[in-house]
Amino acid sequence: MNLKREIKLSPAAPSYLALVVNNMHAHAGQGGLEQSMAKSGEDAFSADDLVLCLQAVGARQDRAAFRVLFDHFAPRIKAYIIKLGCSHQQAEELAQETMTKVWNKAGQFDAAKAAPSTWMFRIARNLRIDAFRRENHPEFDQNDPSLIPAEERPADQVVEQKQSERQLLAAMAELPEEQMHLLRLSFFQDMSHGAIADHLNIPLGTVKSRLRLAMVKLRKKIDDNDQMQADGLSR
Amino acid sequence: MRTSHHIPDEMLLAYAAGSAPEAWSLIVATHLSLCSDCRAVVGNTEQIGGELLDSLTPETLSEDAFDLLMREIDSQAGKQELPKAPSTQIPSVLPEPLRSYVGGDLHALKWRRLGKGAFHIPIATKDQSAQARLLKVPAGNPVPMHGHNGEELTLVLTGSFTTHQGKFQRGDIEAADDSVEHMPVAGPEEDCICLAVTDAPLKFKSLGARLVQPFIGI
Repeated sequence: MNLKREIKLSPAAPSYLALVVNNMHAHAGQGGLEQSMAKSGEDAFSADDLVLCLQAVGARQDRAAFRVLFDHFAPRIKAYIIKLGCSHQQAEELAQETMTKVWNKAGQFDAAKAAPSTWMFRIARNLRIDAFRRENHPEFDQNDPSLIPAEERPADQVVEQKQSERQLLAAMAELPEEQMHLLRLSFFQDMSHGAIADHLNIPLGTVKSRLRLAMVKLRKKIDDNDQMQADGLSR
Repeated sequence: MRTSHHIPDEMLLAYAAGSAPEAWSLIVATHLSLCSDCRAVVGNTEQIGGELLDSLTPETLSEDAFDLLMREIDSQAGKQELPKAPSTQIPSVLPEPLRSYVGGDLHALKWRRLGKGAFHIPIATKDQSAQARLLKVPAGNPVPMHGHNGEELTLVLTGSFTTHQGKFQRGDIEAADDSVEHMPVAGPEEDCICLAVTDAPLKFKSLGARLVQPFIGI
């Protein structure tokens, strides 16, 4: 697909992305983009494209770019909410609500800090906690003067967002299925660790220690990669 | 100073996944304000959430979903959300989100007497499964020996306290469960103010403390 390259060549052209996106819609034919994606079983858009789309919505409320985001994320957010035990109708309503938030907050998206999927996940998670538990998800405030900032890392050790995504994917791929399964339960079942233990009929201590193990592995893998990258660059 | 006692990993995971009830999330998020290490772990864990979201098999939406959404968006045009300005420009003792939950920094607090010179303030959340509260123990004083019926997380905000597990200072988290019996002692430098979350009443050893427990709800 040459969308990525074309956009990179002229990132500032305001209507260019819309043009390309519209072309893609046209190519997708009557069934629409979503169906063509479902048929091919893979996405027509890379993470880079989704970043550009979010930025286009944030900068100038670009509707074509928003359509791309909608086609990619709304069906997944709906799936996420259904997995958490909601009806199709509720899930669709929440997916719509999430996308409304995305439209309103796109200007706050910072590609250096989060991948689009991470950013979307946070919005969907907070909305569903609010909708189904009637609770808030308390968060720290990046601009709070009391916040203790991270120690500055030397420039050659700063890991790019994209790099960190690749590391995480690699680390997740190496987790044993037993630990991956617990991670999925944590994200998709809205279960306390006690409830997961009951569900799997294993002791609470085992659930906690497996999850801890998974987290330690993910952490170690990412740290090792950071280190390797830093070593490689400094040589 | 760098925090040396952190939130247990599985609690950071529950926070990032959105399965931790509000009172636990409050103490996690307040610790995150003071600990960049745990912020990084939560960031990575939310990224896992993003990857898992991305890997889900898409569900079909109704045909007119996008048009309905755009109509909704057009009807509320101009509602762009800007980042909220922080409520204060000077560093406060209580970081966000705790400051918002208790309605201000230390000077705004109305402490309730707990006995033995200690004070507390229960913090309202919509979570019925666990209780969050601020605790103030006078400099140099002990909290009576107690065990736990469930889990307890304690975050130091001013002063320090010491248990058999070591010294806990601003930003540090002490995690205790039903296997832990302890008598934290506040450091001599200043009153020790902590945010504590428990999901079950504490088990005090002394009869005196047990007698007043029902009235103070701790």
